[in-house]
Amino acid sequence: MLNWMQWLPENVSTFGGDVDGVIRTIWYVTVAWFFITLGTLAAFLILYRRRAGRRAAYVKGERLREAAWVLVPVVVVVILDLWLDLLGAPVWAKVKIERPATDLTIQVTGKQFEWEVLYPGPDGKFGTADDRQLLDELHVPVGKPVHIIFKAKDVIHSFFLPNFRLKQDMVPGRTIEGWFEATKPGKYELPCAELCGFGHSGMKGWLYVHPPAEYEQWVKEQWPLA
Amino acid sequence: MNQARAGTITAEAVEHHAARGFWRTYVFSTDHKMIAKQYLTLGLAWTFVGGLLAAVMRWQLAWPDTAVPGWGEIGPEVYNMLVTMHGTIMVFFVAMPILLGAFGNFLIPLMIGTRDMAFPRLNMLSVWTFALASLVLFVSFFVPGGAASAGWTGYPPLSARPAYTGVNWGLNLWILAQALEFAAFLMGGVNYLTTAIILRAPGMTFLRVPMVVWQQITAAALFLLSVGPLIAGAVMLLLDRTIGTSFYAPEVGGDPLLWQHLFWFFGHPEVYVVLLPALGAVLEVLPVFSRKPLFGYRWIVGATIVAGGLSFIVWAHHMFISGMDPRLAMPFSITTILISVPFAYIVFAMIATLWRGSIRFATPMLFALGFLAMFIMGGLTGIFNGSAPSDIYVSRTYFVVAHFHYTLFSAVFFGGFAGFYFWFPKMFGRILSEPLGKLHFWLTLVFFNVTFFPLHHIGLAGMVRRIANPLQYEALVPYQWINVVSTVGTFCMVATQLVFALNVVWSLVAGRRAPTNPWEANTLEWAAPSPPPHLNWGPALPTVYCGPYEYSLPEAREDYLPQNLDPARAR
Amino acid sequence: MSTSVEAPAIPGMPAGKVGVWWFLASEIMMFGGLIASYMVFRLGSSGWHEASAHVSVALGAVNTLILLTSSLTVVQAFAAAERENAPALRLFLGLTILGGLGFLGIKAIEYTTEIRAGFTPGAGIFWSFYYTMTGLHALHVLAGIVLNAILFLAARVRTPRRVELAGLYWHFVDVVWIFLFPLLYLS
Repeated sequence: MLNWMQWLPENVSTFGGDVDGVIRTIWYVTVAWFFITLGTLAAFLILYRRRAGRRAAYVKGERLREAAWVLVPVVVVVILDLWLDLLGAPVWAKVKIERPATDLTIQVTGKQFEWEVLYPGPDGKFGTADDRQLLDELHVPVGKPVHIIFKAKDVIHSFFLPNFRLKQDMVPGRTIEGWFEATKPGKYELPCAELCGFGHSGMKGWLYVHPPAEYEQWVKEQWPLA
Repeated sequence: MNQARAGTITAEAVEHHAARGFWRTYVFSTDHKMIAKQYLTLGLAWTFVGGLLAAVMRWQLAWPDTAVPGWGEIGPEVYNMLVTMHGTIMVFFVAMPILLGAFGNFLIPLMIGTRDMAFPRLNMLSVWTFALASLVLFVSFFVPGGAASAGWTGYPPLSARPAYTGVNWGLNLWILAQALEFAAFLMGGVNYLTTAIILRAPGMTFLRVPMVVWQQITAAALFLLSVGPLIAGAVMLLLDRTIGTSFYAPEVGGDPLLWQHLFWFFGHPEVYVVLLPALGAVLEVLPVFSRKPLFGYRWIVGATIVAGGLSFIVWAHHMFISGMDPRLAMPFSITTILISVPFAYIVFAMIATLWRGSIRFATPMLFALGFLAMFIMGGLTGIFNGSAPSDIYVSRTYFVVAHFHYTLFSAVFFGGFAGFYFWFPKMFGRILSEPLGKLHFWLTLVFFNVTFFPLHHIGLAGMVRRIANPLQYEALVPYQWINVVSTVGTFCMVATQLVFALNVVWSLVAGRRAPTNPWEANTLEWAAPSPPPHLNWGPALPTVYCGPYEYSLPEAREDYLPQNLDPARAR
Repeated sequence: MSTSVEAPAIPGMPAGKVGVWWFLASEIMMFGGLIASYMVFRLGSSGWHEASAHVSVALGAVNTLILLTSSLTVVQAFAAAERENAPALRLFLGLTILGGLGFLGIKAIEYTTEIRAGFTPGAGIFWSFYYTMTGLHALHVLAGIVLNAILFLAARVRTPRRVELAGLYWHFVDVVWIFLFPLLYLS
């Protein structure tokens, strides 16, 4: 229970390490502050508990010399906080703003209560005859960026891949774009992370990450004529 | 009502006012102290309901799809309703009536040395409006389709079309109940601000006003200025549901994200509306039980106002992954990080108040210290949420649930209990049992942490919010023991409150009578009798000579100096 | 520590005025929320021109004129109350109330015409905003009428403060309309 970082599930995404890095840094900073402040608090409670013949000191803390004892730690807090933001900005940009070029695009539509997964097929275009729709499952190759188009049919859903440190709300009426790249083959849970009705609990899919040969095999099975 | 403004009144007038019969004294009262007790009663009643809902929820999470004793099996529809109503009740029908309605009403006129609020009849109207809101919300449990189930945040389109939840009138009444609750607290807010501005006793300058008053009026101002957009949004939601407008319906040109902006523009200041009154109580208790001035009183006032102002520009940190333009994330991350600054100051100042003090560990002080420790924890986990990339992972998980319970629970319950134990003698004229109080504190502290600490871990493990059955997720099955631990903690914590209830009932009936100033505190309410009579003060209002935190003055005989005591007499 | 005894509660600032200003602040935020939402929506999408062409600029302009005039009459009512001139107070309050009723009457005509033409609140996002904003505003006009009617019936020249406060509220209602008119009718 002491090492919070151990509770994060296995990371199998390229940017997951960056996200974990931010979380870990925040964790170090907050643990340090926790022990410093609560330690000081505990020390004061012990040292300054009421004792016969000793009066409290009349310290108002409003003159700068006294206030400095509190203002200096506050300045340290500001600096640390701004540093955390600076650390986080490129990671946010990497996950949510930039997107590596790739030829694999999948459209995922959240609906009550399943994931409609749409592949454009060999022609690379959605809305054509070779599109293939799956329910509650995605198949991607390892080591290749995947471009995801997030949509929603009815209410707000949220696409959450814990092992990839990726989450994105899907909003009806909006087309939102995202991406990820898997680093390890396997089968990864894909729960819905936004209350979407009585079927929200249990609304989940599976992401299958295949080694390259296995993925080619899967593609051939989906589009035998291509 | 003119007596509220007149300084001097005759003794006959006081007596005449006091003898008014049962209905005018206990039901249709314009006396701020009685109104405070009415808010307290309603708030405590709702605490029982909100706690019960939480207990049932936690049973379902620990032992999914087993029948809850006395209730039956909880299906996912009922679970969503439990989650929704628990949140709505705790924030709007427990925290606000107790911290703002009860403490604010009781304390503000007494602490500034006046006879009642500036608008006593408006005050009565406010508590009756709140009672009506309570009735509407209560009724919503029993209408066909059940109570609201779209989360306390009520995001559309889920909340905008009855077909999506299966709940029709329940959600409409939910919106109505909150609108009435907003109206009640708008009235209260106007009253608090006006009273504090114009009815202070002679000598009571703004910088001699106790912290409770500063925190209450800042909270009132925050509420007044932030609730407007949500009222607009709620009207839009109600109209979408009933007459087919399309504010949140994308098929007809609407946008679900509009609600989120309007909700959170209010939602963030709202958490400070809940926090600040609790902070005020704690800031009042710490100096009294350290026998030391509050460290940096003026700086704390400044920090409070700055935090209040900043609270209007952080709202989208609730929406980092909502689908809004991702370029908005970093600006809101920065404002969010900045708002931790004034609160860091206040937390450090609270600790500094203890330095070189002479600390007594009476029950109010224990709860105040408990607040401090738990709030620090909650504030620190806030950083994981406020940093946008970190929030990608932790948002919508139990990590957030842990964060806001550490902050809100510590405010409402630790802060609230600190205030309750502190002012009980003044409010009711009786002393509460110290041993029972201490037992209540330690058990609550331990069980609170057993309940909520592990939720950080299961959140990091990927457990999302608002799910009725964790066992449906393979990744969570090995961690189900955490849910069981948290549930057991919940039951123990709820059971512990019986100690509190016992203490209160026993003391009200047979407790030792309270002296005027049992804690040897400085603020004006301790100069009035316990409990204060109607119109608070005798024929003349008190005169104020100094600030509220003059403890342990080196040259004074006593280690406290009441604000209404002529300092020439203290030497 | 300073131990001065004279202290100010703020002299010359009556309770009612402070209260009403705080109340108006919250109302400004509510209408502000609606107006901001409208503007963001409008700037972000197209096709509003077409919908908004169907409101009657003429009737809207008449209503604007009525409200502006009624703000003038309510100021005169306050002046009459201060001068302790009860008949004048009644006259100007009465004119203000008539103005308010006129405004509501014209709004009723507008709504009826628009609904008959098929432009219901569900007819599109512009109409959702139109009905909600003008409807909420109309409710506030109604409240103002009731307030003025109560003062009219009491005709208490000894409490010019109350007339002043009612006037303050009425001006606010007028100002909100000054925003709504160009946003909904002229753009």
